[in-house]
Amino acid sequence: MSFFDRTARDWLLTELFSGMALTFRYMFKPRVTINYPYEKGPLSPRFRGEHALRRYPNGEERCIACKLCEAICPAQAITIEAEPRDDGSRRTTRYDIDMTKCIYCGFCQEACPVDAIVEGPNFEFATETRAELMYDKDKLLANGDRWEVELAARIEADAPYR
Amino acid sequence: MIEGLVFYLFAAITVASGVMVVSSRNPVYSVLWLILAFFNAAGLFLLLGAEFLAMVLVIVYVGAVAVLFLFVVMLLDINYLRLREGFMQYLPVGALIGLILVVELLMVYGGWKFADDAPLSVASRTPDPTAISNTDALGRLLYTDYAFLFQAAGLVLLVAMVGTIMLTHRTRTGVRKQVIAKQNARTKESSVEIVKVTSGGGI
Amino acid sequence: MAEFFTNLLGQDLGTLVWIVLRILVIVAPLLLGVAYLTYAERKVLGAMQLRKGPNVVGPFGLTQPLADGIKLFFKETIIPTDANKFVFVLAPALTFILALVAWAVIPFFEGGALANVNVGILYLFAISSLGVYGIIMAGWASNSKYAFLGSLRSAAQMVSYEVSIGFVLVAILLCVGSLNLSDVVHAQEKSVWFIVPHLPLFIIFYVSGLAETNRLPFDLPEGESELVAGYMVEYSAMTFALFFLGEYANMILMSGMITTLFLGGWLAPFGLAAPFGLVKLWGLFWFLAKIAVMLFGFLWVRATFPRYRYDQLMRLGWKVFLPFSLFWLVLTAGVLEYTGWMRS
Repeated sequence: MSFFDRTARDWLLTELFSGMALTFRYMFKPRVTINYPYEKGPLSPRFRGEHALRRYPNGEERCIACKLCEAICPAQAITIEAEPRDDGSRRTTRYDIDMTKCIYCGFCQEACPVDAIVEGPNFEFATETRAELMYDKDKLLANGDRWEVELAARIEADAPYR
Repeated sequence: MIEGLVFYLFAAITVASGVMVVSSRNPVYSVLWLILAFFNAAGLFLLLGAEFLAMVLVIVYVGAVAVLFLFVVMLLDINYLRLREGFMQYLPVGALIGLILVVELLMVYGGWKFADDAPLSVASRTPDPTAISNTDALGRLLYTDYAFLFQAAGLVLLVAMVGTIMLTHRTRTGVRKQVIAKQNARTKESSVEIVKVTSGGGI
Repeated sequence: MAEFFTNLLGQDLGTLVWIVLRILVIVAPLLLGVAYLTYAERKVLGAMQLRKGPNVVGPFGLTQPLADGIKLFFKETIIPTDANKFVFVLAPALTFILALVAWAVIPFFEGGALANVNVGILYLFAISSLGVYGIIMAGWASNSKYAFLGSLRSAAQMVSYEVSIGFVLVAILLCVGSLNLSDVVHAQEKSVWFIVPHLPLFIIFYVSGLAETNRLPFDLPEGESELVAGYMVEYSAMTFALFFLGEYANMILMSGMITTLFLGGWLAPFGLAAPFGLVKLWGLFWFLAKIAVMLFGFLWVRATFPRYRYDQLMRLGWKVFLPFSLFWLVLTAGVLEYTGWMRS
């Protein structure tokens, strides 16, 4: 750039005006924000949100109390106690997740041999008290019942990559 | 009627705030009272039909000079109690000076005499306010009869300004200054060098 | 209208009531304009940053300013313990009042100024030079170092840019030959809008206006990133709201000044004739339209440029704008003298 060219550009404030032209063009571009509580962004099938314990279609709970999830949990958020049930099958009597400890790494669902414990698409489970974040088995099973359609769809969508 | 009332209002506030300027304990308050006094003086000018003077008073004194006063006063760290300690000690001297000034003023006022043709010359200097605006009249007077004095006053101010700058300006060595023209003149070629670094070779 | 009140209430009282009514007619829409300027700012900024802006309260978020106002009104006014109470409360009130008082001389349409005084330009200049007091008093009375630093910066900034604004005004009034704002517009009716011959001055005035109203990119007095809102740190609720309203009213005022001085005030572009003979309404419409365009510029600039560094700000004011406006003033005087416009 020659000296005169540069000086002329300086005095004509080309830089300022080109900057302003840029912002003006942006004014007519589509908005990138979404109206959050009413609109939500897309989630990957691998998104790791709130935990849930799933059931088989016949209503039998999947978890066989192998405690692999408890073992792998890096935050030690999972506590499991198990006893044989009356019909002789091995089931949990207690399955607690401390959601305040959980780091949402997804190791539990990776470790689970029967796809019982999964992390679902729900990320809106804020509570008003700390105690409500200590999930027990009932809560987790209820989550599973509530989200089953989505959970199954997510597992199916992700299946080809496993 | 209203004009008279307004005059007394302005005049009273001017005098009262003038008193407050010298009597308030906090110097910042003094300056604020001073500003109020300027304002009411401007109001008095307006009543006299000297709107140009009124506006200039506000712009120059309130808008610039008093801001500087306020600046300085606010930055001072004064112990207001210490300031008043010697008040009684200096009172006689101050009162004496004040008395002398009053006497002098009275002497001047008592010995005041108009030249015989003074009323005539004053009248000729005063243009018809309906025909010519206040600003116009002032300008014509300043740039014709008093052009030299006006320019001289400007020069005095200029000299004062140059003097202050000369006294306070110092060139320090080793100060890095931003030269915007130089920064703008830099190009990609002159400031960025792309080097292919071989691994383990360094530059 | 004026006769109606003087007949009804007698000469003195009637005139007084008539004046108060006219003031209300100016101030009420102005406050509404201020409220919706904040809304427009948030919308425009949002659009330029690919956001939506306020859209929850009311249709398109149109009642957002109202909600903000109610919120600020019901908040507690906190006065710091060591603050100077009187000056602390006086400062925001002063800022706000000054922003309103200046409108007295702005001509909205042909003959449509509250007070058509002979020294209108000087009056505006005087009022805008007083704006610094609200800020400096707020900074001092807060008894807080952030507030004080912010106010000192602001005072220095406003005083500096006033100088170039003053020279710009002088150049304009050289062309007009009068300090009356209506005469300024009439002069532009006779020749051209002053933005055409004085384009560089227009830019200087506009940028100085940004600095004078403490708008971005010159919002160092607030400097929320390093001074946590500068002189306004200690203010809350209505006292804060008054500063806020004052700032936006000042923006509208500055746009009004620019419109009157450079964009031909109430004149329609290309001499478009008023439809249905509604001359005054037509003038008012164009005046407001030009103000709106100028205000959009304020918001546009805010969305585009980052904040100036303080030394750069001072350099721009004293080393660029001041010499250039002085040069242009001399040039204007020379051209006027040479072409003989001034010989009347």
